[in-house]
Amino acid sequence: MSDHEYTPKSKAGKWFNDRLPLLTLANHLTDYPTPKNLNYWWTFGGILTFCLITQIVTGLTLAMHYIAHADMAFESVEHIMRDVNYGWLIRYIHANGASMFFLAVYIHIFRSLFYGSYKSPREIIWIIGIIIYLLMMAAAFMGYVLPWGQMSFWGATVITNLFSAIPLVGEGIVTWLWGGYSVDNPTLTRFFTLHYLIPFLILGLVVLHIWALHVPGNNNPVGIDIKKPSKDTVPFHPYIVIKDGFALLMFMIVFAFFVFYAPNILGHADNYIEANPLVTPAHIVPEWYLLPFYAILRSVPDKLLGVVAMLSAILILAVLPWLDTSKIRSAVFRPLYKQFYWILVADVLILGYMGAMPAEGLYLLIARVATAYYFLHFLVILPVLGLKERTIPLPLSITEPVLGGSPNMAMAKKKESKPE
Amino acid sequence: MKKIFKLFSIIILLSLNSYSAISAEKVEYLKTDWSFKGLFGKFDRASLQRGYQVYTEVCAACHSMKYLSYRNLSEKGGPEFSVAQAKAIAASFEVTDGPNSDGEMFTRPGKLSDKFVMPYENVKAAEAANGGAYPPDMSVLVKARGGGVDYIYSLLQGYEEAPSGMTLDDGVHYNKYMYGNKIKMSAPLSDGIIEYSDGTNASVEQMSKDVTTFLMWAAEPSLEARHQMGFKAIVYLIILTILVYFSMKRIWSRVESEV
Repeated sequence: MSDHEYTPKSKAGKWFNDRLPLLTLANHLTDYPTPKNLNYWWTFGGILTFCLITQIVTGLTLAMHYIAHADMAFESVEHIMRDVNYGWLIRYIHANGASMFFLAVYIHIFRSLFYGSYKSPREIIWIIGIIIYLLMMAAAFMGYVLPWGQMSFWGATVITNLFSAIPLVGEGIVTWLWGGYSVDNPTLTRFFTLHYLIPFLILGLVVLHIWALHVPGNNNPVGIDIKKPSKDTVPFHPYIVIKDGFALLMFMIVFAFFVFYAPNILGHADNYIEANPLVTPAHIVPEWYLLPFYAILRSVPDKLLGVVAMLSAILILAVLPWLDTSKIRSAVFRPLYKQFYWILVADVLILGYMGAMPAEGLYLLIARVATAYYFLHFLVILPVLGLKERTIPLPLSITEPVLGGSPNMAMAKKKESKPE
Repeated sequence: MKKIFKLFSIIILLSLNSYSAISAEKVEYLKTDWSFKGLFGKFDRASLQRGYQVYTEVCAACHSMKYLSYRNLSEKGGPEFSVAQAKAIAASFEVTDGPNSDGEMFTRPGKLSDKFVMPYENVKAAEAANGGAYPPDMSVLVKARGGGVDYIYSLLQGYEEAPSGMTLDDGVHYNKYMYGNKIKMSAPLSDGIIEYSDGTNASVEQMSKDVTTFLMWAAEPSLEARHQMGFKAIVYLIILTILVYFSMKRIWSRVESEV
């Protein structure tokens, strides 16, 4: 936290602050020393906060009009679209907001992977982040069930059925989750309840995420520890506030494009067909942001092992700080890691593509290779690379490369602004 | 910044690609100019009104449209019939209401606030009358099909003789654009099947276009409002972004670093 003691100027302010130090907190947040070399990849934290608030506000409004009942849910969504004032706008913001949220979170996660933000002393920030990501997936999945279209129903059926892979108690757990012997009204009402609850859990975790961040302070593109406050830092306000604001506005333009001009392009047409337990859609696919994990699930021939593989693919991220043996954070100074990083990015994109394809023939083969590589990256390549790789020398401070320094530093500076 | 968009477009392209690919049919849909596409897209009012005529005289015999009300027909951004016209349209339908004070159900002429009257009591009745196939509700049909308007437009014109070697059961028809090429609906349109009240020649192509436009509006009644608001919102955001950009440059000029 900030080093200097803060005292409010006014007497009333001091009186209040002595009893509840909110003003100290506000002062800490505005003065918070931030590395001045943060690039635009660092603006996605603020963008994600915006996404969360947007989802909560639009979600609350939708909940006022939505009816969580198997016979009425689909109709109530059409009621929102047709009869509620600006209901179409609120629903399209919420539906596309979920996609925007995931887009931002993937950029945020891959930024962390590139610059090694998960490494000591930021492991707890990272682990909280992974929990947030897991909760986001749960919230998004349950949210997709609520309109009670065909993909809602069958998606819910497929995903809840995964629990039946658990030996002995699996079937019992699935019945317990459903509240019956198939996905039906009890499933819908509990999904609605949980979908309403989870965003607030996420909000709480986001507070912890930021709190934990404010202890060591931000990582930065050079990835070295910096003195705070110093010539290497700027106060959060106004420097980072305006920069985050600028990036957020750019993001909102893209967001608005989807909401106003392509509101259904990220969804599946089948979800405009009311749920019908007697008709199975030709292909059951989750939303795009879950596709890589869906591909991993399907590439394992055994059901239980498939579920284990899918869960491991996410949980392996939680132990990443200990799998990556390199002490150097930023990929800028790790020439080999940088190449493997981009291979991983490609690998995840390929998995996403395969997740949308039918699990057969060449698609399945590619998905299997990509799944194997995914685990290879985290379990073999990262631990070995940290021990074997010859890294580029680190600069002593952020200011050093900025002010010229050695040729190496100048190169580092160049690369830092272009992470490729 | 460029890279953000690069990554972004990769993801979007991938998802688009995958969704179009899994809609299975590889046939090219028939293309036509839709007035409602694009940044300023609006519905062609006359086409919507004709489309309603096709719907009500042809499709509505089997297909319900249960989420629409007669009042929608006179609302802004739709076919924009006058209120008097919409009232007359509503009144031409018999609506079951009740129970009255004697506990009896009764019928009365439709009102603006009534939902579109359904051709069948329920799904089972609809299936029974149509050889076991349920004629889908048309309220959101355009959004519920992978190819959207192009698919519906093509399907209506896609009836052909079955290729030799393909046997069709009784009551099944060959359609070039249908998934699996087999459809239970017989060709609904034929030249001159209806007489347009505005004198337009009722060719199959014309009727297909009109009724598809009408279905697009039925599925997305706020489309015009959405396009108009979207343009304003994006222009506003762009101007604000530019202003914030210059403020940012100004503020950061105090620090000896690039933004």
